[in-house]
Amino acid sequence: MGLLSAFQLIVKRDLLLAFRRRAEIVNPLIFFLLVASLFPLGITPERKMLALIAPGVIWVAALLAVMLSLDQLFKHDYDDGSLNLLVLSPVPLFWLALAKVLVHWLVSGALLLLFTPILALMLHLPDTAWWPLLASLLLGTPLLSLIGAIGAALTVGLKKGGVLLSLLVLPLNIPVLIFGSGAVIAATQALPYEGQLLWLAVLLVLGITLAPFAIAAGLRISVSE
Amino acid sequence: MKWTWFHRLGSPKWFFEKSGKWLPWLVWVSIGLLTTGVVWGLAFAPPDYQQGNSYRIIFIHVPSAFLAQACYVTMAIAGAVGLIWKMKLADMAAKCCAPIGASFTILALLTGAIWGKPTWGTWWEWDARLTSMLILLFLYLGFIALENAIDNVQTAAKACAVLALVGLVNIPIIKYSVEWWNTLHQPATLKLTEKPSMAPEMLVPLLICIAGFYCFFLVVFLYRLRNEILWRERRTQWVRLWMKRFQ
Repeated sequence: MGLLSAFQLIVKRDLLLAFRRRAEIVNPLIFFLLVASLFPLGITPERKMLALIAPGVIWVAALLAVMLSLDQLFKHDYDDGSLNLLVLSPVPLFWLALAKVLVHWLVSGALLLLFTPILALMLHLPDTAWWPLLASLLLGTPLLSLIGAIGAALTVGLKKGGVLLSLLVLPLNIPVLIFGSGAVIAATQALPYEGQLLWLAVLLVLGITLAPFAIAAGLRISVSE
Repeated sequence: MKWTWFHRLGSPKWFFEKSGKWLPWLVWVSIGLLTTGVVWGLAFAPPDYQQGNSYRIIFIHVPSAFLAQACYVTMAIAGAVGLIWKMKLADMAAKCCAPIGASFTILALLTGAIWGKPTWGTWWEWDARLTSMLILLFLYLGFIALENAIDNVQTAAKACAVLALVGLVNIPIIKYSVEWWNTLHQPATLKLTEKPSMAPEMLVPLLICIAGFYCFFLVVFLYRLRNEILWRERRTQWVRLWMKRFQ
């Protein structure tokens, strides 16, 4: 089987499976909206203050929501044995892992993007910061999926991997958070924000080229257990 | 050049016997270096013209920050060697490095906070160097947690090695954070390529302290590693014979 057709096959299959388990897609989205709306309630509903913290709040909420969906990334495949078949298939495992990460991003990070304008409006984020926010999330959320998939691959064989997964992945996600919210904060202060976006792009290129190998190694280790 | 020494290094038994001979020497060298460096630095080095005596914490702070990073790199290299050449000893070495590295990171963060209060007027600042050191601590803790979570020793070693290699991206971030971002933390005091900005009366005890810390690390590391070797090889003949000496 050609590389491209294998890639397409995995993407199609995973999208179909994700569509059949709609609750797993919807729950992180609700979580995203819920967490972000806790801040006005917990800190202050005052306009100025909210506009100030909005970039960080939206970014942290997005990070946590992606985190939440990571646990299931390889779990079903591991449980029903299809992960074993993927590892044994003649197609390189890192290539299949990349396809799975792409689907994970489509049903987590990319969907979150649709909801960010609502949150930006509710948190009174200045209009000038909207595009940087969308751009930073567009560059940053695939990274969250890529980095998170490494942790998910390493912990998939464990019974209680959930908390451990966040412990492993969150420190690695901190640079993404810093650059992502940094770009939006710079934009709210009418400062140049292209630098941070370029850094995110650099990290994304690094992530797409290197993370699949780590994910594949992690899956091999977990399956051989 | 013969490569046989490299393979012999992978044998736990050979390493255990050899390191038993190195240890007493290393213990004395590290005691000597540490007492000389610390006493010289804390009692005899001249006070700083700006910071007075509070700068003296660098004799503890800088070596522990060095070691915190060096330990992580060692751990990642040992993990890579374990993954590639499947050496049992490398797996054990990576595992033994983690708690020591985490301790050095905590020591660097604590001494930094103690120094920061009189000098910067704050215990903690969300500065690039400080934050990246905190991430390093979390990386160590994640490594230890993963090691503990997986029951199978070999699987745990492999998984941890992958994690250590992925976390390696943080090391250049820590190293260059003070140059890439203009933050509170001062730039590096010591550079290999440039003339040091410190007076020799302060520099020499600092270098002695760093050498002492490295030796101390080796001592603690070897003790942990020997302990780990005994535990993992506890069913072999040579360990049983060795243990008989204590019965």
